[in-house]
Amino acid sequence: MTSVRPLAPPEELRSALSDDARRALDDMVAVLAAGATTLGRVFPAAARRTARGDLAAGGPRLEDAVRVELVAIAATRLAPGALLDELDQLYRYGDADEKRAVLLALGGIDDPAVDGSAVLLDALRTNDPRLVAAAMGPHARRLSPHDWRHGVLKCLFVGVPLAGVSDLAVRADAELTEMVRRYIDEREAAGRPVPDDALLVHDLTTLTRPEA
Amino acid sequence: MRIFDPHIHMTSRTTDDYERMHAAGVRAVVEPAFWLGQPRTSVGSFTDYFDALVGWERFRASQFGIAHHCTIALNPKEANDPRCDGVLDVLPRYLAKDGVVAVGEIGFDSMGPAEERAFRRQLDLAVEFELPAMVHTPHRDKEGGTRRTLQLVEESGIDPGLVVVDHLNELTVGPVDAHGCWMGFSIYPDTKMDPQRMVRILQERGPARVLVNSAADWGRSDPLLTHATGEAMLAAGFSDDDVDRVLWRNPVEFFAQSGRLLLPETDDAPAPDASSLFEGNSILRGQQVS
Ligand SMILES: [Zn+2]
Repeated sequence: MTSVRPLAPPEELRSALSDDARRALDDMVAVLAAGATTLGRVFPAAARRTARGDLAAGGPRLEDAVRVELVAIAATRLAPGALLDELDQLYRYGDADEKRAVLLALGGIDDPAVDGSAVLLDALRTNDPRLVAAAMGPHARRLSPHDWRHGVLKCLFVGVPLAGVSDLAVRADAELTEMVRRYIDEREAAGRPVPDDALLVHDLTTLTRPEA
Repeated sequence: MRIFDPHIHMTSRTTDDYERMHAAGVRAVVEPAFWLGQPRTSVGSFTDYFDALVGWERFRASQFGIAHHCTIALNPKEANDPRCDGVLDVLPRYLAKDGVVAVGEIGFDSMGPAEERAFRRQLDLAVEFELPAMVHTPHRDKEGGTRRTLQLVEESGIDPGLVVVDHLNELTVGPVDAHGCWMGFSIYPDTKMDPQRMVRILQERGPARVLVNSAADWGRSDPLLTHATGEAMLAAGFSDDDVDRVLWRNPVEFFAQSGRLLLPETDDAPAPDASSLFEGNSILRGQQVS
């Protein structure tokens, strides 16, 4: 069975929900745990049955935490391959909120048998910063160095803060520094401001890995 | 003036339109799935279109301070092409989604048997998914098409209060009103309905169950004609409250029946300023403007 890290501890999530929303969540969890329904059936309506908005300032969104918990429950009954199929389908037919929740759920999956990199790459082809940000979480360690670097550059382009990119300090390399260098040059040549995050990548790699 | 345009095809509009709409008071829209001008020949091009309505277009609108909703359906024109039959089978997947506030546009184009089959089946879907239905009335033989539309609505058993019959004029509004359906009026630069005629209809019937839209799309149309209609109402002596009812509270009341509206908590959220407007946005060719 594949374990899925929650975005928020179940008690904390429940304490942020209204009575009706809490009941709706417990109800969805119970039917999923009993195998009486599928993720595909409960996923689309999960937000309107519970809540939307921030769990806490700077914390995850309530609807994301709800959907990731539903994925975790469904995962207890699915083999890794079946879980990946289900996540693929949820993503393929999801609206942008559902897609983001799938990406965040993948971020909580370390099981090597579940490789959602195809979904991540789809998200990185969009221009929606919420999807780009969610794709660069912990699951992005499955991406090849080439794809991962382009993911970081995409974050700079669409304004996703690099603080949310997992493994940045570990994976940033000379090639990424070069790419960011060229991006900075281009901005400067155009007389446009350079985002602080671009300088941060640059410093990060030049300071920690001097490669003369 | 706060405006909810209950029928506008933003996929065909530019970001300039979004900016001008926001400046004119538009804070929410419904984009019905419809024909794109070029006939589609496979189910896949429909699902990509539906995905854009619940994904990219919703995101694009949000960057301009506008809440975007949509309706999903196989439109009457393409219901005549057997290659598009499979679209009916994928609709349930979309009808379960947040922000999908009705089944539509359904109805008649040339009133053939394939159109009627698709129309009936989609009215049944509206009942099954507890959603309102948005019904397009034909350009040719509008009166005959409206009559037949009302028969099918009645036979489906759907609550008439969950049905808006759209693109009405002086001749078709009466029977729709008598059936208890909502009455939609599309204000166009030169066909269908103009602001002055709309004001006269409101003077005769009052604002109950009336929805005013721009139906702006890829043809000659103007997304600001909802605002122009509000101005024409004020000039004719209607109060601010009347205008608010027609241009905001009526569409909210109708589509709230879906339980899937995505309106912000406060109705008068501050207008995004030029800097926040583009912050984190990638509408300008995938690059953030700073
Ligand atoms: Zn239309």
